Amino acid sequence: MHVAIIGNGIAGITCARWLRKLSDDVRITVISAESDYFFSRTALMYVYMGHQRWEDLMPYEPFFWSKNRIDLRRGYVERVDFSGKTLHFDGGDTLRYDKLVLATGSTWNKFGWPGQDLNRVGGMVSAQDLEYLEEVTPAIQHAVIVGGGLIGVELAEMLHSRHIPVTLLVRDASYWRNTLPKEESEMVSRHIRAHGIDVRHDTELEEIVDDGSGAAGAVVTKNGERIDCQYVGLTAGVRPNVGFLRGTSLDIDKGILVDEYLRTSASDVYAIGDCAQLRNPRPGRQPIEAVWYTGRMMGETVAYTLLDRPVAYDPGIWFNSAKFMDIEYQVYGEVPAHGREGLATLYWEHPDGEKAVRINYEEDGGAVRGFNLMGIRYRQEVCEKWIREGANIEEVLQDLGMANFDPEFYAEYEYDIVALFNEQTGSNLKLRRKRGLDAVLRFLHFKTRTPRAISSPDAR
Amino acid sequence: MPDKRTHKSTIQYIGLGLFVLSLLVFTAMLALERYRLTEEDLIATMAPEPGAEGAGTPEAGTTVSAGSSGGASEGSTEEEAPTEDPLARLIYDVQAPAFRRAAVALDLTGQTFGSSFSFQDKVEEVFQAARSSVDESVDGLIAAGELPEGISEWDVRLSEPVYYSDKFAALTATAEIGPVVDNPWLFLGLTIGLGVLGGILYILPKFGPHPGIKHDHIYHSQVTKGLNLGWRGFFLAATILGILLYGIRYMAGDWFWPAVTVGIALLILALVLWYEGSWRNSPARPADPAGLSAYIGILAGTYLIGFYVLLYWTPAHVTPWITMVEPLKTALFGGTASQWFLYGLLYTLVILVMGVRMITKYRHNKYQLLRTGSVMFFQLAFAFLIPEILGALNKPQQDLKNIWPLDYDFFFGWQLEQFQSAGAVGIFMLVWGVVLIIVGVPLMVHLVGKRWYCSWVCGCGGLAETMGDPWRQLSDKSLRAWKFERWIVHGVLLAAILMTALTLYSYFTGAGSLLGFETWKVQKWYGFLIGAGFAGVVGTGFYPLMGNRVWCRFGCPLAAYLGLVQRFQSRFRITTNGGQCISCGNCSTYCEMGIDVRAYAQRGQDIVRASCVGCGVCAAVCPRGVLRLENSSVDAGYRTVPERVIHVSEEEGVSLMG
Repeated sequence: MHVAIIGNGIAGITCARWLRKLSDDVRITVISAESDYFFSRTALMYVYMGHQRWEDLMPYEPFFWSKNRIDLRRGYVERVDFSGKTLHFDGGDTLRYDKLVLATGSTWNKFGWPGQDLNRVGGMVSAQDLEYLEEVTPAIQHAVIVGGGLIGVELAEMLHSRHIPVTLLVRDASYWRNTLPKEESEMVSRHIRAHGIDVRHDTELEEIVDDGSGAAGAVVTKNGERIDCQYVGLTAGVRPNVGFLRGTSLDIDKGILVDEYLRTSASDVYAIGDCAQLRNPRPGRQPIEAVWYTGRMMGETVAYTLLDRPVAYDPGIWFNSAKFMDIEYQVYGEVPAHGREGLATLYWEHPDGEKAVRINYEEDGGAVRGFNLMGIRYRQEVCEKWIREGANIEEVLQDLGMANFDPEFYAEYEYDIVALFNEQTGSNLKLRRKRGLDAVLRFLHFKTRTPRAISSPDAR
Repeated sequence: MPDKRTHKSTIQYIGLGLFVLSLLVFTAMLALERYRLTEEDLIATMAPEPGAEGAGTPEAGTTVSAGSSGGASEGSTEEEAPTEDPLARLIYDVQAPAFRRAAVALDLTGQTFGSSFSFQDKVEEVFQAARSSVDESVDGLIAAGELPEGISEWDVRLSEPVYYSDKFAALTATAEIGPVVDNPWLFLGLTIGLGVLGGILYILPKFGPHPGIKHDHIYHSQVTKGLNLGWRGFFLAATILGILLYGIRYMAGDWFWPAVTVGIALLILALVLWYEGSWRNSPARPADPAGLSAYIGILAGTYLIGFYVLLYWTPAHVTPWITMVEPLKTALFGGTASQWFLYGLLYTLVILVMGVRMITKYRHNKYQLLRTGSVMFFQLAFAFLIPEILGALNKPQQDLKNIWPLDYDFFFGWQLEQFQSAGAVGIFMLVWGVVLIIVGVPLMVHLVGKRWYCSWVCGCGGLAETMGDPWRQLSDKSLRAWKFERWIVHGVLLAAILMTALTLYSYFTGAGSLLGFETWKVQKWYGFLIGAGFAGVVGTGFYPLMGNRVWCRFGCPLAAYLGLVQRFQSRFRITTNGGQCISCGNCSTYCEMGIDVRAYAQRGQDIVRASCVGCGVCAAVCPRGVLRLENSSVDAGYRTVPERVIHVSEEEGVSLMG
């Protein structure tokens, strides 16, 4: 069997690796127009800032692929012949497949702004986006970034590292307010400002002004303000990169529509990662979740299905993480930006305004639903087990030290969190467990669990 | 303006300027002095009259102890007998006239030399002339049957000049005249003083910006971005060849051990490339920077290598440095300074100043603050002050945190004699050292991992974690490098064990050799090759070339011992936080030991690696809070299986971990 995978991002590559783990026979081809080797897209910023080399973004050594018999092919697929099971490359080459996995990822949103196609306007999603930014950087005296999301703050940090003044246009009243609860959102806004980024809340882009040479020279906001700039970063979210598939027989909405087994409307064609749109997402989940972790989970899941051992895609309990300049962020479970009826929240914030813990639980019954961490690290496995089992908030608080994942010698704030809960609810809880691995491993029953059988480990 | 470097304040530029100035003075002062030797000083150093006071020989030991930068290795190997000894009288009677005649004939004492090099050339010439003349006299004595009973001719004859390098250095020190001799405090202020001041001025403003990871432009900087394969290959080949060739000279022309070393090196090369398949598994992950190699890094590495070569093997050419620190040594601890006092002083100051830099950089991270404070303390107190105070009290200058086999001469005969002759203090040192090896290392590593030593206590580690921090990202992360590491570091451990076994055999039996291997030669070669060449010249000189832990990773036998315990019998592991890894690579990039941390983290696999020194930087630089250094007695086995599944299981449906 020949499995062709279009896209060498985390979804496509995870699929390829698991195919090889699960089967020695399957022929695997991974096609990418973007780069020779798989790299960590989320780390592009570190190359620009000089933290890492381009090679450091590659999780596997170059010889890994031939050793594991995963064929890498650099090329752009122009057209897919679904009935003839053939890929047509832009150079005229063709490639036959038995099964096809579409893992084409995302591209940055343009919302029809005037001037959005000028030079020195770009996003930060692909290796080419990074190359382009590097190329135009010498011309940038001032930059405007449109969009207060994860990529926006990363792009701001990147340009800031090159000493370029940045204005960040945020549509909401504070940073990433459609995802973060109010307090955390305001914390991030404060923090970005403290780093010297000019954050403009409640501000939207009206148009990008040509400087006369076909490149961005200024932006005008919806309030009519004109901001001179030589670069406009468009970071108002991403959309599935499916342009080359539109107009074919494939069912596409925003993304490629897939069922719970990640099957598309064409036979033997699957879609995973950012480009896939679930027809029936699980309750509380989005049809498109363009994050690293879901791409990885889909890649692993579809590998089983491809080998006729079907596994339904289950994204598990939601988790994500990010870093806003110097503030790390982790989320586990249900943390709605604007709360939910019946969902109580315990929010503790450190006096320095750069650390916070939020625990959401049911008002009725006290089952814990979600954790939101700012500047403090919590263990995913512990939080997830509490959420999955619907552990009671009082139990969780008394054992809260188990969740702490901060480095040794760091102050532990669990006492303060428990004290805050006692103060707010009139309870009299005591913290039973401090930070430490022993209790965690017992809690997770590691001694009694057996490792899962693996067909063959990665080349080492 | 867009710019690919960090911006510096005026104070920082002043600091940088002062530091560069201090470095220029430090280098140039070696050329300032002139040398004029009197006949009395020549005789007093080379062939002192028995009973004469002030022979003027600073007893700089010929051994350099890795990991110890204090005076700990100043082994005074012989005690002057107070009573007149017929042998000493005979030596004086034969050698002194020979030196006098040669000095006059070759015009050593009559002129002023402009450099230590021309002076040393002349000294060696005179030595050779005196040597022939002594040989003639001894031949004459033997022919006339006048060699006294019980005295060997070899005690009277002079041997190869290479064995007299310390005496030649002493001659240079006595002969030195010039501005440094006249104004030692001035030069101390202009070099070390100005350098420390410049460093502090450069570092203190770093407390200004918001605390957090400070890695901007590391791979844009000509100091820190590293070298391409060609440059690294050149430095490796040149250094190895240079050390081996000089080694033949150091061994007085005996090329046996240098040849054995070459053979072992070729064997390891073949094992890694062919037997272990690194030749097939290519291309490997490159360690080259983008664009040109870091030229300031190349200059810095060259300077450091040169510094170590001069300091270790030709102290005669750095006498102005020793002259400069002499009054400080006398004022603080009494006695005369050797190159080891100079080195210990510099080493300690560098760790303290660069420790402050580390504190500014990681002031948001309490683990790093405590760890840095610890290495600063252990260097200042254990490696520098305590040995100096012990020396002032006429006790063995033992660095009490230095452990065999890093402290490779701990069991050398002269060292054991010294312990035993130093009363209760000496016995304590001996017992303490042995207890550390047998109980301290395994127990502490079991409890908390080898980090307790390598990144909290050790002097080599202390320098690597402070001065070396700007270059930690240059370690090679390829699988190939890991294979070399395992063969080489365990090879050195084996060599240290065999060398020490031979040493103890000789000590207890009195035999000078075993199976034809002469103990003193094995000791001398190990000290030269590993103790000085690997630990010093490569160990520190290669910071800007191949990263700050080249010695600790590839060479340190103690690290190998600690690592074996850590790998197989320790509670320590680095745990990964579920599925949060995004494979960004910051952990691997900033791992100074070249561990591909990401390879484990992205699989959700806990990390147990022999080489991990537990510096905690991987956990610090992780942007997603994935890594944590932990100790637990709960078995690590399950969590370190090669693949831990993130979410999918056919049998159990979906869960976070299989």
